[in-house]
Amino acid sequence: MHIVIIGNGITGITAARTIRKHSDHEITVVSGETDYFFSRTALMYIYMGHMQFKDTQPYEPWFWTKNRINLKRAWVKTIDTQNKQLLFSNDDRMPYDKLLIASGAKPNKFGWPGQDLIGVQGLYSYQDLEELEKNTANGINRAVIVGGGLIGMEMAEMLHSRHYPVTFLVRESSYWNNILPEQESQLITRHIREHGFDLRLNETLKEIKGDANGKVTSIITGSGEEIACQVVGLTAGVSPNIAFLKDTEIKTDKGVVINQHMHTNVEDIYAAGDCAQFQHALPDRRVIEQVWYTGKLQGEAAAFNMLGHDKMYEPGFWFNSAKFLDIEYQTYGTVLNTLREGETEFYWESDDHQKCVHVVYRESDHLFIGINVFGIRMRHEIFNRWLLEKQKVEHIISHLSAANFDPEFFKPFEQEIINAWNNQYPANTIQLKAKSAFTKLIFGN
Amino acid sequence: MSQANNSLSLSNPHPANFNAKQKTGLAITGLGLLAFFMAWAGAANQQPLIFLIITLVCFFGGGILFTIGSYGHLPKGIKNNRTMFTSISSRGALAWISGVVITGFYILLYWRDFWKELFGADLFIGLVNLFNPLSLLLRNTKADQWFVYGTLYTVAVLVMGFKFIYKYRHNRYQQIRTTSVMFFQLGFAWLLPGIMKALYNYEPYLTYFWPLDYDAIFPTTLSYFQTQGAFGMFFIFWGLVMTFVATPLLTYFFGKRWYCSWVCGCGGLAETAGDPFRHLSDKSMKAWKIERWLIHSVLAAIIIITVLLLVDNGFKNNLLGGAAKDIAKGYSFVIGMVFSGVVGVGFYPIMGSRVWCRFGCPMAAYMGLIQRFKSRFRITTNGAQCISCGNCSTYCEMGIDVRAYAQKGQNIVRASCVGCGVCSAVCPRGVLKLENGPDNTKRTEFLFTSEDLKILS
Repeated sequence: MHIVIIGNGITGITAARTIRKHSDHEITVVSGETDYFFSRTALMYIYMGHMQFKDTQPYEPWFWTKNRINLKRAWVKTIDTQNKQLLFSNDDRMPYDKLLIASGAKPNKFGWPGQDLIGVQGLYSYQDLEELEKNTANGINRAVIVGGGLIGMEMAEMLHSRHYPVTFLVRESSYWNNILPEQESQLITRHIREHGFDLRLNETLKEIKGDANGKVTSIITGSGEEIACQVVGLTAGVSPNIAFLKDTEIKTDKGVVINQHMHTNVEDIYAAGDCAQFQHALPDRRVIEQVWYTGKLQGEAAAFNMLGHDKMYEPGFWFNSAKFLDIEYQTYGTVLNTLREGETEFYWESDDHQKCVHVVYRESDHLFIGINVFGIRMRHEIFNRWLLEKQKVEHIISHLSAANFDPEFFKPFEQEIINAWNNQYPANTIQLKAKSAFTKLIFGN
Repeated sequence: MSQANNSLSLSNPHPANFNAKQKTGLAITGLGLLAFFMAWAGAANQQPLIFLIITLVCFFGGGILFTIGSYGHLPKGIKNNRTMFTSISSRGALAWISGVVITGFYILLYWRDFWKELFGADLFIGLVNLFNPLSLLLRNTKADQWFVYGTLYTVAVLVMGFKFIYKYRHNRYQQIRTTSVMFFQLGFAWLLPGIMKALYNYEPYLTYFWPLDYDAIFPTTLSYFQTQGAFGMFFIFWGLVMTFVATPLLTYFFGKRWYCSWVCGCGGLAETAGDPFRHLSDKSMKAWKIERWLIHSVLAAIIIITVLLLVDNGFKNNLLGGAAKDIAKGYSFVIGMVFSGVVGVGFYPIMGSRVWCRFGCPMAAYMGLIQRFKSRFRITTNGAQCISCGNCSTYCEMGIDVRAYAQKGQNIVRASCVGCGVCSAVCPRGVLKLENGPDNTKRTEFLFTSEDLKILS
């Protein structure tokens, strides 16, 4: 059997590895983007000079030959589902027995005037990085980033690292508050400004202007201000990269529509990762999930189903992480930007406003629902266990030391957090359950 | 070394302009270098003290000012911007020049007498004169080239240690660890030997033990100490206890980091002056294979040589004649001088800061075996938070592909890890933590199935 995978990102590669581990089928991974799998989450670090491109590749070239995973560099033009063949942009064909579509996503463009000018771009693929290098090759006086999400922050940080002034247009009233609760959003908003970004809140993009050569020269904001710039970063989200499927009988909506077995409506064709859209969302999850680990888990689930195992996609409790400039963020369980009915919260912030802990729990029985942590590292495994065990918030707060994952000798904040809790709820005080620093040093956690 | 790289050439940025503090810092360091080289050429023979003060004050002052200029105006956090674009840290022209200069300096230093004979002139006389006032003050003895070298080495560890601490001023593990290597270099590798020299005419290095200090238990060393009374007996006792009792115990509890990145002088220089080069270590599987063969061969060699010498000595040198001593001399030349001395530091800008520690050091090999098979130390991976970005592997000075473990949710237990903690520091997702704990290597099985975790290799 010849299994073909479109896309050599984390989803496609996880699928290929899983299939190889469990079978001897012929595997071909097709990508137009790069020869080898790389971590697109690290694109920013290449531009910033932290890493070289080869450092972002998790496997050395010999890995693919050794594990008999064929790599084909080509863009797929369309899929001939009748004859079970891929059609490439150079009109070559490749037959498949089973096919996985893991073609990723592309930056959103919302029809802004001037959005196709030279210097206007998103950041998702290796080609986007090359374009940014080209667009800033002769130096720029200012860049404007449109859209206050994680990629917008990354792009802003990248340009900042090369000493280019950045104006950051964010539609929301504070950074990422469509996802983050107000307190965290304010904390990050302050941090962004401390780093010297020109952050414009409640601001949108109206128009992008260019010169006679088709190069961007300025933008007009929603409030009518003109800002001269040579690069415009469009980072208002990404959407599934599925244009090449439009003339096929594979059912698509925003993404390739799949069931919990990662199967599309067409026999022997599966989809996973950023390009896929579930028919039905799992509890507390979206129909399109575009983060690293969901790509990994979906790729694995797809692989098992392609091999004939009956495996549902079961990602477990929601978690995620990110880094905003110098502040790390982790989340476990569900913390929405506003409390849902029956939910209540506990919030603590450090005196220097660089760290915070935000716990959401059920008002009636104090069931722990989720946590946001900024500036302190926490153990995934422990929070996952607490969620499984349906622990109460008091248990979480009093056992935070056990969940702390900060490097050794870092200042602990658990006592401060407990003091804050006890001040807030004098009728319901709790004690810190912690080992002494010395026992920890010798015997670990 | 580095292949022509598409993204790197694309990434060629505009030259970073130094700010006023950095420029002043560099100018002051330059002044110190000028005084140093003038003195080397003989200008300080009459007034060494003035030149020495200028040299040292400028080295410290310039370094500190440059550091503050580099990081002082920036918020606390990881400071790796432009590392891959900067000539000195990306195998550019400056890196090759400094590699040749440092290597050349070592060759002149180690074979001073040979060059003296060859050139008919002592190349180190100017420098020895320059450091005489300090040597007389500390050791009550005139300087020699080893005092010059030891002092420069200590200055480098202190100045660059300050830079490292300031760079990582958000990270207490890095601050405390770096303070420790600076303390041991200054106190145990410079002050104490100097004071002991003044008082007892003997320079002990209490933080070097066999097998790194390879002749520590050679018969010649032992019989010398036996003639030195209680002192001598103490040094024999200290060396044996450190090698055979303290090292296994400490390595069991804390991993080899207790020594390699907290105490050792070679490690001290690598962690401070070597920091700008840590990412140059080779992460390939091939390099790992070479590493394992090479470092364990060196360990085997010094064990065999030591045993041969001791046995031969027991037979009053009748067993092997002079052969064992010739082998020991060979080891001293190839490993003691060429590998650990010249290559170990001279190749920093090209092969990274831990070439010796990774490929050659028998002490590291010895502790590595304990760390790999019986130690409570490991780097723990935080569940499934890894995004495979590769910062950890890139900045591992020992060339460990940390990411290969982290992305599988697998703890990292590797013989070569010196526990510097930089992988954990540069991780943007809070995935890695150095820990001492029960010596199991558990995997993240609660989220990814155990099937997925068994990587193909």
